[in-house]
Amino acid sequence: MVTHRAHHLFGTYSEGRDQPRPPSILIGRLNLSSEIPDVCCGIAPDVSAVHQSDWDGIMERDNHQEGEAQGVKICDPPSESNPLAHTLATSLSLLGNHMFPDQVERNDSGTANKEETVDSFISDITAEEPSLDAESHSNQVTKLDTEETENPECQNIASTQPTDGGTEDAADNDQSDSGEFVVTMLAKAKLEEQGLGVKGRSSPLLEAGTQECPAFITHREEDVTADSWRQHRKHVFVLSEAGKPIYSRYGSEEALSSTMGVMMALVSFVQSGDNIIRSVYSEEHTVVFLQKGPLVLVCVSSSRQSEQQLRGELLYVYYQIISMLTQASISRIFEHKKNYDLRRLLAGSEKILDGLLNLVDSDPSFLLAAVHCLPIASSLRDSLSQILQKAITPNLVFSILIAKNQLLTIVQEKNVIEDSRLEPADVHLLLNLIGASSAFQAGEIWTPICLPLFNPDCYFYAYISYLDPPECTVCLLLLSTDKEAFYAVAECKRKIEEAMVAQNSLSLIAKAHSYSVSQVGVSDLRHFMYKPFDVPDNYRQLTQFTSPEMEAPYSSEEEKMRLLDLYRYMHSRIHSTSRPLKLIYHVAERETLLAWVTSKFELYTCFSPLVTKACAITAITKLLRWIKKEEDRLFIRYPPKYSTTPNPSKSSRSGKSDQQDSTDNGFLSLL
Amino acid sequence: MVLLGGSGVGKSSLAMRFGRDEFYTTSPTVGCAYMTRVVHLSDVTLRFEIWDTAGQEKYHSVTPLYYRGAHAALLVYDISKRETFIRAQMWLKELENQYIQGSTVIWLVGNKGDLAQNRQVSVQEGQGLASHKGLFFIETSALSGEHISELLQSVAHRVYESIGGHQGGLSEWQETPIVELQHRDTSNPFASCCKVGP
Ligand SMILES: Nc1nc2c(ncn2[C@@H]2O[C@H](COP(=O)(O)OP(=O)(O)OP(=O)(O)O)[C@@H](O)[C@H]2O)c(=O)[nH]1
Ligand SMILES: [Mg+2]
Repeated sequence: MVTHRAHHLFGTYSEGRDQPRPPSILIGRLNLSSEIPDVCCGIAPDVSAVHQSDWDGIMERDNHQEGEAQGVKICDPPSESNPLAHTLATSLSLLGNHMFPDQVERNDSGTANKEETVDSFISDITAEEPSLDAESHSNQVTKLDTEETENPECQNIASTQPTDGGTEDAADNDQSDSGEFVVTMLAKAKLEEQGLGVKGRSSPLLEAGTQECPAFITHREEDVTADSWRQHRKHVFVLSEAGKPIYSRYGSEEALSSTMGVMMALVSFVQSGDNIIRSVYSEEHTVVFLQKGPLVLVCVSSSRQSEQQLRGELLYVYYQIISMLTQASISRIFEHKKNYDLRRLLAGSEKILDGLLNLVDSDPSFLLAAVHCLPIASSLRDSLSQILQKAITPNLVFSILIAKNQLLTIVQEKNVIEDSRLEPADVHLLLNLIGASSAFQAGEIWTPICLPLFNPDCYFYAYISYLDPPECTVCLLLLSTDKEAFYAVAECKRKIEEAMVAQNSLSLIAKAHSYSVSQVGVSDLRHFMYKPFDVPDNYRQLTQFTSPEMEAPYSSEEEKMRLLDLYRYMHSRIHSTSRPLKLIYHVAERETLLAWVTSKFELYTCFSPLVTKACAITAITKLLRWIKKEEDRLFIRYPPKYSTTPNPSKSSRSGKSDQQDSTDNGFLSLL
Repeated sequence: MVLLGGSGVGKSSLAMRFGRDEFYTTSPTVGCAYMTRVVHLSDVTLRFEIWDTAGQEKYHSVTPLYYRGAHAALLVYDISKRETFIRAQMWLKELENQYIQGSTVIWLVGNKGDLAQNRQVSVQEGQGLASHKGLFFIETSALSGEHISELLQSVAHRVYESIGGHQGGLSEWQETPIVELQHRDTSNPFASCCKVGP
C-alpha cells in the first residue's frame, strides 16, 4: 500500500516541520533556484533505476503558516550578505508592508541550514515531490492519496478544484488573506502615497479561479480595481524603460499606468545598484521581470510555473512585438525619444499579443519550443512538398503549408538556410499571427513581418492566403525578402492551388487529423508528448514534437489545463537549472506521470493512476517503438529545399540589403 | 482601388461589402489585404483589384507599396470620430505630395453612417472638404450596407471615364471585357489626367 505509506511518512514529516517554522517561505523556494546547489540529484537515465521509494512522495515544503512572507530574488550577486538586498528589502517594506526579503531573514534566523538538512534527509528517500503544488501548501499532500483517503480536507479540495483549470488549490481559510498580489500591493502603496484610497484588501485566494473568464475574450475594458482582475492566473505587462505602459494582458494600459510605474521604479531601483531584478515571490504569485533593450516585460503569475518557464513566455511576447516592429526600429525609436509611447505603433496588435498568451497557456508547443505537425501519410507530405518546391520565384525563402493550425510541410530556400534553420519560436509567431487575425480570411494578405530568431532587424514580406475558402483551415504562407514581390508570389499561390486541385490534395488534407493515443495500443497510457532532438539524420532541422489528441479524462478545458500544468511542472523539474533531472516518476492525485530526457529525445507521458512502475516502463518501450514505426507520418522528416536566389547575398540573413527596409519603414518619421 | 484611412474606420468592412456584400466583425488588418471584384457597367466589365490597407500606424510606411499606381483611392473616415477625419486629410496630403498627382480618382468616404447619433463630423464638413479639394464625397455604412453599391458603381464609372477618356477611345477596353485596373509600375501612363471634380 504505497499510498498509505506515503501518507504516513508525510504525517511524521509534517509534524516535525511544523514546530520550528522558518519565518520565510523563500528559503524553500530558493532551494529550487540556481543559487544553492541542491543535494537532491537526478536519476540515471535508464528506467530500471527508478526505485520503489520514488513513489513515496513526500512533501518538500509546507508553507501554510507563512502568511505574509514575500521574497525578492536578485540574480547578481547571489551572496547572502548583499547590501543591496537589504536596501531593497527596506524599500520594499516601505512599498508594501509585507515584504520580507529572504536574504534578510536567512541572515537573521539561520534557518536555511535547517531547511537544507531536512531537504537532504528527504532526498535520501524520495526523488520527487508528490504533487505539483507541493512547494506551497501543506494540504496538498492529501492529493497524493487520491480519492482513497478519508481525509475530509482532501475531499474538500477535490470539490473546489478551481475552474480555471489550474491545479491551484482552493486552500483553506487560514490562508485566505495570505496571498497578496504583489503588484497590486505595490500599486496600492503608490496610491496611498498619493493620498488616494484603495478598497480594502481581499484575498485572491478565496475565490481563486471561480470567476476566471473564459479565454479569448477581450479584457481590455476590464476594471482593474475589481477582484476578478486580480484573480487572473497570469498577468503580463510590457512597459518602456521610462515606465510608460505598452501592453497589459488584462485591463487597459492607462488604468494600470501607476502600477506599471511602480514596477519600473522597482526595476530601475535595482538597476541603480548594477543588479537586475529577476523575480519576486509572494505566497500566491511569482513576479518575473525580463528586460530586453528598452522594453521591460513583467509577468505576475499564480500558475506555479517555474521562473524559467515564465521568463520564456515573456520572451515570446517580446519576440512577437519584435516580429511586428523589429528590434532595430524599437531601439532607434527609444534612442531618439526615451519616453516615446510605443502603444502608438502597437495599437491594433493587442489582439495578436492576447492570442499569443492564450496559446502559450494552452499549447505545449511553446513549452517544448518545438512545432507540432499534422500527421499525414508521408507520400502525401512529399507530394505537397514537391508542389511547393515547384512554385517558386526569386527571393522566395520559405513556403509553409498549414492545416488546422498545424504544420503540413515547410520548404525552404537553400542559401538562406545554409547557416541557420528556422526556429520553432518563429514558426509559433507566424502561426499565432495567422490565428489571431480573422482578416486573413478576407483575401490575400501581404505584410511585412520580422522573424526575430532568424534576424531580429529585418523584415520578410509574408503572403498569406487560405486555400480552402470558406472553411479556411488550409493556409499557405510564402515568405519573400522582396517587398515588391506580391504579384510574383501570388502567382506561386496560383500554381500551388492548381497543382493541389489536380492531385486532389485538399480533400486528402481534410481527412488528416491528430491521432488518438489508443493507436499506440498501451492501455494505461493516456497521453504523451515526444520531442526528438537533433540526431544526425535530422540535424539542423526544425525541432518538432508529436502528441496525440487530449482525450477523456482530459476533454474539458479545465482538465486539459490541469494536465498541461502537470507537464509544465515535470518540465520545470527536468530543466531545473540547479538540479536537472533525467527521469521523473511522479504520482499525482489522479494520474501518474513519467518524464524522461535522453540525448535523443525528451518524453512526457501520462498514465492512469493505477499503472505500476513496471507497466509504465514496458509502456514506454512500446511507445518508443510505435513512434519509430510511425515516424514518417508524425514528423516532417526531410524538409525539402529549393533554390530561388542566384545571388545569396540578397537573402535576408547574409546580405544587409534588407536592413534598408527597417530604416525606410519610416518609424522615425513618426516621432 | 486602394482603401486608406485610420485604423478601425471600417475599410475592411467596406472591402468585405464590395467583395461579398457581407458584414462580419473584423480584426485589424495586418499589412494589407488584397482581393478582386468584378464590376459590371452597362457597356464594360471592370475587374477591380482592391487593396485594403492597414490603418495602424506601424504599417504606415508600407502603404505606398499599395497606393502607388492606384486608379482610385478611397479615403475613409469614421463620422463618429473626428480624429479619423483629420487622419483622412493627412492621407490626402500624402497622396497629393508624394505619389499620385492627379492620376487617381479620390473619394472621401464617411463611413459608419448608421452611428448618426454619435456623429462628430457633419455631412457639410465632409462635403466641404471634398469640394474644396476636388474629391468625390459619400457617406456609407458598411454595417447596414447603405450606399455601398452606389459607391462601387460610381467609382467604376469615374475610373472608367478617367482611363477611357484619356486613352481617347474605349474600343481597346471593350475588346477585353476584363480590365486590369491596377498596374504596379510607377510610370503611370495616365499621370497627366486631371483631377475630376464632383
Ligand atoms: N456601426 C458600424 N460599425 C462599423 C462599420 N464599419 C465597420 N464597423 C466596425 O468597426 C470596426 C473596425 O472595422 P474594420 O473594417 O476592421 O476597420 P479597418 O478600417 O479595416 O481597420 P484597420 O484594418 O485596423 O485599418 C469593426 O468592429 C467593425 O465591425 C459601420 O458602417 N457601422
Ligand atoms: Mg482593416
